[in-house]
Amino acid sequence: MSTVPARRGLLSGTRWMPYALLLPGLLWLALFFVTPILTLLSTSLQEGSISTGFRLTWRIANYTDAFWNYREQFGRSILYASLSTLLALVICYPLAYFIAFRAGRYKNLMLLIVVAPFFTSFLIRTLSWKIILADSGFVVRVFQTLGLLPAGGRLLATSVAVVAGITYNFLPFMTLPLYTSLERLDASLIEAAGDLYAGPVTAFFKVTFPLSMPGVVAGTLLTFIPAAGDYINVRFLGTPAQYMLGNVIDSRFLAVLDYPTAAALSITLMFTILVLVGLYVRRAGTEDLV
Amino acid sequence: MAQAIAPLPAAASPHRPASHQPALLFRVWRAITRNLVVFYAFLALLYIYLPVIVVVIFSFNDNTGRYNFTWQGFTLKSWLNPCGVSGLCPAMVKSLQLAALSTLGATLLGTMIAFAIVRHRFSGRTATNVLIFMPMATPEIVMASSLLALFLNLGIPTGFGTILIGHILFNISYVVVTVKARLQGMNSSLEEAAMDLYANEWHTFHKITLPLVTPGIISAALLAFALSFDDFIVANFNSGNVVTFPMFVWGAAQRGVPPQINVMGAAMFIVALGLALASLAMQRRSA
Repeated sequence: MSTVPARRGLLSGTRWMPYALLLPGLLWLALFFVTPILTLLSTSLQEGSISTGFRLTWRIANYTDAFWNYREQFGRSILYASLSTLLALVICYPLAYFIAFRAGRYKNLMLLIVVAPFFTSFLIRTLSWKIILADSGFVVRVFQTLGLLPAGGRLLATSVAVVAGITYNFLPFMTLPLYTSLERLDASLIEAAGDLYAGPVTAFFKVTFPLSMPGVVAGTLLTFIPAAGDYINVRFLGTPAQYMLGNVIDSRFLAVLDYPTAAALSITLMFTILVLVGLYVRRAGTEDLV
Repeated sequence: MAQAIAPLPAAASPHRPASHQPALLFRVWRAITRNLVVFYAFLALLYIYLPVIVVVIFSFNDNTGRYNFTWQGFTLKSWLNPCGVSGLCPAMVKSLQLAALSTLGATLLGTMIAFAIVRHRFSGRTATNVLIFMPMATPEIVMASSLLALFLNLGIPTGFGTILIGHILFNISYVVVTVKARLQGMNSSLEEAAMDLYANEWHTFHKITLPLVTPGIISAALLAFALSFDDFIVANFNSGNVVTFPMFVWGAAQRGVPPQINVMGAAMFIVALGLALASLAMQRRSA
């Protein structure tokens, strides 16, 4: 009879148990994630103004109008987010590699040292970049001395500053998944590649990098998604000429009180990201992200 | 050039066994790339720390103008009087309350879901996974604006409660993912052994399962706390007249940034680093 409890986990005896465990959390998600998205969808198809009230008229043109009017901001959101994600990958991969393979028993300490600066608050960090990239700051002076920037050139209030800020702010979202998948990687496989006459570059691109793909996919997604919706970096480091979709949604919703347009833009952003993520995950071939 | 290089392989190959050459080359290359990685990691760290260094330096700035952007002299007055700017400390307290409550709620709800997913069979598994993944694939601004649309539609006044709802919402998924990873990596043989030794299910859970999952729950809670404490977007849309710390910073950025904000930023960094180092030291001692 000792075989009876063989694979019985916690309180698995009762059939309703999983549902009882799931119910409160899923109810929260249904009430405060699904319902709001549906409300947003309904708002996006309404007509009217804040003074006369909004009525649901199923006006699909809200989407085409919003998209057409803000196509530049939309394009910039995708462009800036893609650039920042790529830059973050280039910055974080060697760093994660270093911590996973070279930091030895200081792995955890190194990881903490890397993540700690991101506890200084998103907005304070971004303001700090404003000081660093300021016209009289040393970064601008170094760039000018090296001839990378003309004499009167600036970094602040340009798209360079915005992309730099976005890249910086989401670095931990890239570093942590990369580190996790590299750390799990069996180092003997890389040595085996060397024994089989693969050069280090070949070994990296044929063994290390493919095996770290789950981390690359998770890291790029976790960076791209918040980056595409960000509007704080533009507000601190850019000008209206660099506005992204987030800035438009923010001002339409909170300042202009044009709810249908703001809602249509939000829904467009959400579905664009879902489609991009879906295509990307399928191409990258890792389905078990969550 | 080509003449000088070309004879070399031909001359070397008949004398030496071919196996030595790639191995040696490989080792030399690896030595170079290894140090390259160290150098690169050092540069990356410098980049990561640059803004923090600036935040700390400017917390000591003897600032007289509106904007704390240029160095004017060393002073301790901001550190000695961190609440000297009206509204700053109340905003900090609000943010801490929100972070604590939303961490509590999200950790509880998320851990329960993680247990159900890893340890139980139930129908609707795919739908559950999608529902948990969706909030993470949705930009915060979409979540924030959709919540505001809901509250506007239902005529619910926004304030502390509505921010809390939003924070618990975006934290649940992160808690589920973190606790799930820990549960999946756990060896179930200890629990089976306890059951074989006639411990009942509750006892097994209490004495074996829970202590083993606790590190996962703690890291999930820390993540939730950090995410909530640092949130600006959801709060900005759903705050009513409540001002959280990030919202205070946002407002100050338009009006003028007092050095006290840098003091808070530096203090947060020091507290986070201190807590992390302490937990690391404890891990090492228990190991």
